Amino acid sequence: MSRIITYAKAINEAYFQAMEQDPAVICFGLGIDDPKGVFGTTLGLQDRFGSARVFDMPTAENGMTGVAIGASLNGIRPVMCHQRLDFFLLALDQLVNNAAKWHYMFGGQDSVPITIRLIIGRGWGQGPTHSQNLQALFAHIPGLKVVMPTTAEDAKGLLLASIFDDNPVVFIEHRWLHNLEGHVPEEACRTPLGKAATVREGRDLTMVSFSYMTIEALHALDVLEKQGISCELIDLRSIKPLDWPTVFASVRKTGRLLALDTGPEFCSVAAEVVARVGMECFDALRQAPQRLALPDVPTPSSPSLKKVFYQRSEDIVQAVGGMLGRELSVAELEQQRTWPLDVPGEWFRGPF
Amino acid sequence: MTDHRAVNLLRSMKRIRLVEETIAERYAEWKMRCPTHLCTGQETVGAAVGQVLRPDDFALSTHRSHGHYLGKGGDLKRMLAEIYLKGTGCSGGKGGSMHLIDREAGFKGSTAIVGGTIPLAVGLGLSIALKGSDQISCVFFGDGAVEEGVFYESVSFAALKQLPVLFVCENNFYSVYTPVAKRQPAGRAIHALAAAMGVNARHGDGNDPLAVLDQVEAAVAEIRSGGGPRFLEFETYRWREHCGPNYDNHIGYRTEAEFLAWKERDPVLRLEAELLARGAVTGEQVAAMTDTINEEIAAAFLFAEQSPFPAPEELHAQVFKQ
Ligand SMILES: Cc1ncc(C[n+]2csc(CCOP(=O)(O)OP(=O)(O)O)c2C)c(N)n1
Ligand SMILES: [Mg+2]
Repeated sequence: MSRIITYAKAINEAYFQAMEQDPAVICFGLGIDDPKGVFGTTLGLQDRFGSARVFDMPTAENGMTGVAIGASLNGIRPVMCHQRLDFFLLALDQLVNNAAKWHYMFGGQDSVPITIRLIIGRGWGQGPTHSQNLQALFAHIPGLKVVMPTTAEDAKGLLLASIFDDNPVVFIEHRWLHNLEGHVPEEACRTPLGKAATVREGRDLTMVSFSYMTIEALHALDVLEKQGISCELIDLRSIKPLDWPTVFASVRKTGRLLALDTGPEFCSVAAEVVARVGMECFDALRQAPQRLALPDVPTPSSPSLKKVFYQRSEDIVQAVGGMLGRELSVAELEQQRTWPLDVPGEWFRGPF
Repeated sequence: MTDHRAVNLLRSMKRIRLVEETIAERYAEWKMRCPTHLCTGQETVGAAVGQVLRPDDFALSTHRSHGHYLGKGGDLKRMLAEIYLKGTGCSGGKGGSMHLIDREAGFKGSTAIVGGTIPLAVGLGLSIALKGSDQISCVFFGDGAVEEGVFYESVSFAALKQLPVLFVCENNFYSVYTPVAKRQPAGRAIHALAAAMGVNARHGDGNDPLAVLDQVEAAVAEIRSGGGPRFLEFETYRWREHCGPNYDNHIGYRTEAEFLAWKERDPVLRLEAELLARGAVTGEQVAAMTDTINEEIAAAFLFAEQSPFPAPEELHAQVFKQ
């Protein structure tokens, strides 16, 4: 049975079911038991499972990541969360030097089954240190899995799969997805890591996307369809491992690739997608693959700069037009945007 | 203490209070579109430290930096323009409320990653030592920041090299919604941690303005005369929500009674009452002081509102120094 719930609620449900299924699952993070419950994702957990398994922590990201790793070496499955990805950068040492390679550097003995939830901010002055899209940084580290669900259903299924994976998983949420609603199964379904979803089938061009960019792409696809262009949209879901067979098969069918990314373009996930497609599907490509990502600058705070910083559905339509050599209209998309660009909708008043 | 210094302290604290409360009042116009951490209730420390330090001394701060910036002499117009994310802001609209700077005032920057500026203050202290000047480097931080590893690493190094650094911890008992009891072991004193690392450390009531001013003066004089780093911890309380313009005592992480008890101990009213009682100022002088400050604030808001947003091409400017 499935029903419609939000992405944040879906994450909350995954926690409940994981903690019910396995007493070894614990969770901690700054504010995990506070009245806001990390944007609603951790509400009720402490009441249900107690403060031994669900607890707030000192502002000590690096140390507490090491604590999670240590606990995991003795059969515990810690799930940490951070209200912004940026705060977790303090813990790169523990993540990269210990978690990512513990299994490998000791010849495949102990492993580190930890899940790190990170939230990417956007809008409302979430500037240089509160909105960084650094998935490529994590994906660059051998030994880490990186997951970025777009839909509520995948948020639940992938979080459950991440928690029960025997390796470190960096689970990245976009703040603008938490209020998104979708059908989510009631049961504790696990979505396998490393499997992409074909969100729309199409003939003319393959878009490879993930996280919030997939939402922008869906808006773009509707407008493209009305102008006679049929795009296939692949939502990666897992950045690493990445589902290359699904990507290659789609590009072989359409002959065109536009890789989308929420992060800065240099050394991005989109860059990797373009590179691999170029190497493996060269014969099938009808033109050079393209990518659409953020410019190579820190996030500015001012809305006037963010307007030119972020890529939106209009930019996707125009990129497709550029590839196909056609002048395409984005008027409909512009008309739909009746709210300021620094919030996901008129209703949004934070928290940020 | 001369009345002159006490009256200046009152003016500075009032100014910080009125700025913060005007921001709170006007935030719902939705024109200050960035996370904004107000320091209402905590004006004392920023005002006192700023008053004692010289303009060529350095200061660094955190997400909650308006009072530190203004106390140190930071430009009000450019601060408000930054909170309005305008091109005339002190960071050109790139930073917002959490990233303030005024180099002329010696305010070297506030940042939003907890603990992030503590080592920078030690580095500025190192630069002062290398250059052999008599400046001081000061850093403001909260009770949450002392939980980060970088705090220990930085304080230790300042002690090792006896650098001219003033560490100022405003302990307001909370990190966002989390009380200190959930984050630090019972019975711990933050200043004792610093002392254990070899830095002369003291603490005091952060809502007793004249006592704070005395303690800061003593610490600064000691550092300036080559005494090495000093650590000051002041207990105080933020009145409004962690981030944003509202009161949030109803949501359950602290009690209305606790807030009201601190509000009773309003440091601005306390200093004003003390100065009136001893005849250092008259009621008329206080009223005139308030009027002058309000005029300055009104003009600064107007400047901020009327300033243009940064031009789109600014997006790509300043990634590297050219
Ligand atoms: C490294 C890091 N972790 C977490 C946060 C989220 N955060 C922002 S402000 C804050 C509270 C810090 O408390 P404290 O240092 O006591 O300062 P206060 O807000 O009380 O002034 C936290 C945890 C952050 N900005 N940076
Ligand atoms: Mg605090």
